[in-house]
Amino acid sequence: MPEVLIRAEGLTKKYDDLLAVDSIDFEVFKGECCGFLGPNGAGKTTTIKMIHCVLPLTSGSLAVAGMSVSEKPREIKKMIGVAPQEENLDPDFTTITNLLVYARYFDIPKSEALERAENLLKFSQLEEKRNVVIDQLSTGMKRRLILARALINEPQVLLLDEPTTGLDPQARHLIWDKIRSLKKQGVTIILTTHYMDEAAELCDRTLIMDSGKIIEEGAPVDLVKKHAGEEVLEVDYDEKVMNMLKEKFPDARLEVVGERIHVFTSQPHGVFTSFLESFPTKGAAVRAANLEDVFLKLTGRKLRE
Amino acid sequence: MTAPQKPEGFGLPKLTYRVWKVWRRNFDVFMKTFKTNFFPPLLEPIFYLAAMGTGLGALITQSIEGQSYIQFLAPALVSITIMYSSFFECTYGSFVRMYYQRTFDAIIATPISIEEVIAGEILWGATRSLIGGAIVLGVVAAFGLISSPLFLLVLPVAFFAGLMFSAIGLCFTALAPNIDFFNYPQYLFITPMFLLSSTFFPLTLLPRPLQIFAQAVLPLTHTVNLTRWSIFGNGELSFIPSLVWIAAVTPVFFVLAINLMKRRLIR
Repeated sequence: MPEVLIRAEGLTKKYDDLLAVDSIDFEVFKGECCGFLGPNGAGKTTTIKMIHCVLPLTSGSLAVAGMSVSEKPREIKKMIGVAPQEENLDPDFTTITNLLVYARYFDIPKSEALERAENLLKFSQLEEKRNVVIDQLSTGMKRRLILARALINEPQVLLLDEPTTGLDPQARHLIWDKIRSLKKQGVTIILTTHYMDEAAELCDRTLIMDSGKIIEEGAPVDLVKKHAGEEVLEVDYDEKVMNMLKEKFPDARLEVVGERIHVFTSQPHGVFTSFLESFPTKGAAVRAANLEDVFLKLTGRKLRE
Repeated sequence: MTAPQKPEGFGLPKLTYRVWKVWRRNFDVFMKTFKTNFFPPLLEPIFYLAAMGTGLGALITQSIEGQSYIQFLAPALVSITIMYSSFFECTYGSFVRMYYQRTFDAIIATPISIEEVIAGEILWGATRSLIGGAIVLGVVAAFGLISSPLFLLVLPVAFFAGLMFSAIGLCFTALAPNIDFFNYPQYLFITPMFLLSSTFFPLTLLPRPLQIFAQAVLPLTHTVNLTRWSIFGNGELSFIPSLVWIAAVTPVFFVLAINLMKRRLIR
């Protein structure tokens, strides 16, 4: 049985008239990468903020390494690294000074801080930007510096709130590499993201949240298999095609998305390919089912703003 | 395992040595732009002393409680700098750090608490007053306007009055919906104080109700009393009421500022 590092029971956060987190239970195990997925306003960031002790709970319990967040916030914050969603680097300082000043907040002695900061600049590939003020860094560099800053206290738990939002693919992949190498070092990682490929790529386990509740949890592969099957057939919408599909795949779930029909089935690999060989259909494409299919099935297609 | 957390009520802050880490962050930023922070405050009192002291003062031949006009003006200039330095640091300065730069959010993700962040801001504001007050005191001394051996007491006065103005400033910051809000305290609180706190003329020249008002509620009146006593002290104990006033008001606003900020930032 893996060791539980974070445990929430009946965790609730209520604002004046908004139930942001609605009595959720979850566990995060030592050494895993656990993803919190959900549309905007699902309660992911609120949950993260309660874990690192900056938001008081309304009710329920939340413990990190056996310590309650309401009783031992300083001890918990010492062992956690946080990369927040909103950039909050210190614009009055250079790249290296941002790390050094942050190290001071953790009581890290000066020489030790300098050594760690230099290593982290190397790790986040910012050595050349060592003495540059924050204003002159690109968005990707800022994200990397935020990640480096979150590591200055050599945390056991890393909280990454949308670490790659707004980055180009190169910058994203670089962050992914860093996250993977941290996981290999045994750091427990909690990640929130809107990108399902990111979650599938990095997370051992995902918790899907909607309207303050956890509505599903499991390994990405298992969730895909359970909710979207192995393959998805997409064809252009047509009444006749629709009827034929219904007849051919009576147990399938058919979903009309814009001008396209998506067909989900629990039948094994290859069933759509053989169907298309006998009935060539306009605009047909067979693709592997993915976490995005699961996400949209569970949380719906309605826009959240 | 854990009892439900009570919503945090109004209370006395729990502070540790970590307050100094917040102070140190602001000090480091200040030192980076040392020259711009040092020279303008040095020049301003020189202009004031030249224009109002020697210029306007030449028209005022009557002595004020035994002092020439420029002698009367000098401690007021020190006090106005004390007020401006900390009040603006803890309104505009703190608001920028809190709201635009999200510096407070970054700090409270570390073992430092929000209470310590605010206490650090107040201490830093007081330090700004100390630095500003010391600069103007130096100018006043260079103009030969010091006549009491106790004049160095201006420095602790600057620091403690700075604590008071910082705490008051942070109360406004905690309530400010946006940065333009500071027009209210600036024009309705700071400017009246600038003019009416026995700064440019003795309080006794004001109508009686205004005199009482200035004594009862304007912190600058008491700051001026103390600096004037330090610079021209004649051994009288006239400074005591002002000392008591500041000592009573400062802790109230200190605790209020921390609680209001907590209410704003930790919901």
